[in-house]
Amino acid sequence: MMDLSAINPILLLASLMVAATPILLAAIGELVVERAGVLNLGVEGMMITGAVCGFIVTINAGSPLLGFAGAALGGALLALVFGVLTQVLLSNQVATGLALTLFGLGFAALLGQGYIGIKAPVIPKWPVPVLSDIPVIGPILFNHDPVVYLGIAIIASVWAFLGYSRAGLILRAVGENHDAAHALGYHVIRVRLLAIMFGGACAGLGGAYLSLVRVPQWTEGLTAGAGWIALAIVVFASWRPWRLLLGAYLFGGVTVLQLNLQAAGMAIPVAYLSMAPYLATILVLVMMRAGRAPGSLAQSFHASR
Amino acid sequence: MKFKKLLAGTGIALALATGAFAQDKTTVGFVYVGPVGDGGWTYEHDKGRQAVEAHFGDAVETVFVESVPEGPDAERVITQMVLQGADLIFTTSFGYMDATINVAERFPDVKFEHATGYKTADNVAIYNARFYEGRAIQGHIAGQMTESNIVGYIGSYPIPEVIQGINSAFIHAREVNPDVEFRVVWAYTWFDPAKEAEAATVLIEQGADVILQHTDSTAPQAAAQAAGNVVTFGQASDMSEFAPFPRVSSIIDDWAPYYIARTQAVIDGTWESTDTWDGIPEGMVSIGEITEAVPAEVKASAEAMIAAIRAGEYHPFTGPLTRQDGSVWLADGEVASDGDLLGMNFYVEGLTGDIPQ
Repeated sequence: MMDLSAINPILLLASLMVAATPILLAAIGELVVERAGVLNLGVEGMMITGAVCGFIVTINAGSPLLGFAGAALGGALLALVFGVLTQVLLSNQVATGLALTLFGLGFAALLGQGYIGIKAPVIPKWPVPVLSDIPVIGPILFNHDPVVYLGIAIIASVWAFLGYSRAGLILRAVGENHDAAHALGYHVIRVRLLAIMFGGACAGLGGAYLSLVRVPQWTEGLTAGAGWIALAIVVFASWRPWRLLLGAYLFGGVTVLQLNLQAAGMAIPVAYLSMAPYLATILVLVMMRAGRAPGSLAQSFHASR
Repeated sequence: MKFKKLLAGTGIALALATGAFAQDKTTVGFVYVGPVGDGGWTYEHDKGRQAVEAHFGDAVETVFVESVPEGPDAERVITQMVLQGADLIFTTSFGYMDATINVAERFPDVKFEHATGYKTADNVAIYNARFYEGRAIQGHIAGQMTESNIVGYIGSYPIPEVIQGINSAFIHAREVNPDVEFRVVWAYTWFDPAKEAEAATVLIEQGADVILQHTDSTAPQAAAQAAGNVVTFGQASDMSEFAPFPRVSSIIDDWAPYYIARTQAVIDGTWESTDTWDGIPEGMVSIGEITEAVPAEVKASAEAMIAAIRAGEYHPFTGPLTRQDGSVWLADGEVASDGDLLGMNFYVEGLTGDIPQ
């Protein structure tokens, strides 16, 4: 008993872009952090802190734009805690990252105490003039809220930055071999701290996209594991920005598709449909020749060593 | 200022913790599947916990752990709670069933209460609420509110309790609207706001204008509100922040009287392993206000149904009822047995799709 005609492919593709955006934002931030040689497992904690900060600012200031700025700031500040601990005090990155997730979850719950059940102002869509009127392509690509475009813009900027700018080259050098970068006179810790804060800001934006657009409200535990998926996508995308975009869209797309197939009464066991997003993403990204992790990933750096 | 408060709070917590060893307090533990601020299922259990604290004052101390995954981790959390001195532990989700039984075997002197399961032991009681009674009211209203004749249903896991709800809602929607259809989406989670919102959005995109949910967050309510003309019902908690529309009514779980009675039984030494399954008549399930968005005559008939269930005159599963495969389940006038309901693994006639096995 299947009724595939109930699925509107245009709506499906459009909601794919929306569903992928939180993971995409968090993942591109983490990509930059890992390219600088730092493994921050606190993405989930930074996301949820961003989600609550964005929500609080939006409610109090009445402006979602300020809300997203607040979310980025909140995520970056939390990331800075991680940065100081791991880069200056040389704590273990894996342990500190895990602690950051646990801390972020609890801290966000504390901050959000008074905000449960409050509704956020709706963020209007920003149809791109002219382009959004194109049949089929218009509603899929050009009729979204501004953050969806921002996500793609960040991917493109990171790609250009890492591949074609001097600063990006330095960042990669720091990530590949921090001793060599140090010997050349680059400030390893400063570069890494900046990368970590950028990662936190992006994770915060991703979290705020959940609390302000996708869900839109504040509840404890809102991110429900999205940060971990972002971390996994960075690895499976072999630390490349455009592959990361593909991975995030694939994951978001299959998630939305499997719900659509269920609602349409598709005769595939639901257990398979539920695991499909994870399987499809891993399969595709692994088949595209796996890349190599940055050389100094997760290693502590101190100039005296 | 806030930091000082935090320090003061920590001090109090430490004092409480050490105090517990000094006096002979009864300690009651709660294991939650979601965060206490989920606005739904766990929120109501925690209200029950707070009621226990308020009722017994200094005689009882409560502890809780939130967002405990269903599976091996639950066993660790429950064991930890026992080792910290809990005398009575409520495990409040279906997936804690085996973990609860396993820990109970090792600690025969501690009393356990598992919600919504079916396995008992000498020191494990079970309790549940007859949510399907509330689902009957929702189906009755939903069948008359839908204009597209498509009702979307967000299921969590395909377990008897959820299937009872789908069947009950469907039977009563069909009763008032022979053209109504149900679309069921299984989210495979109790609590994941983003996924719940996505499921609701998908159902709305496929034409549903009523969304019923058996997941715990208010995200589907928000998705319905964003869509504009979609009706929802509060699940487990009133979710009144979305009233009068989209949320037009709700099922509210009230665990407080049960928790207080069971704690009292432990204090008195009269606790026994029992099997409690209460509903609207006992007050464990109540129906949240039916808002003005519902036409007056629909509201009146819904309230009549609530009254009939409360008086014990009407059972939502009363024959004639046929299974999805066409075989007869209940003859005319026959009422479903509790055994049938607790093991329910089939849809009634008219529902489409298969239950994931």
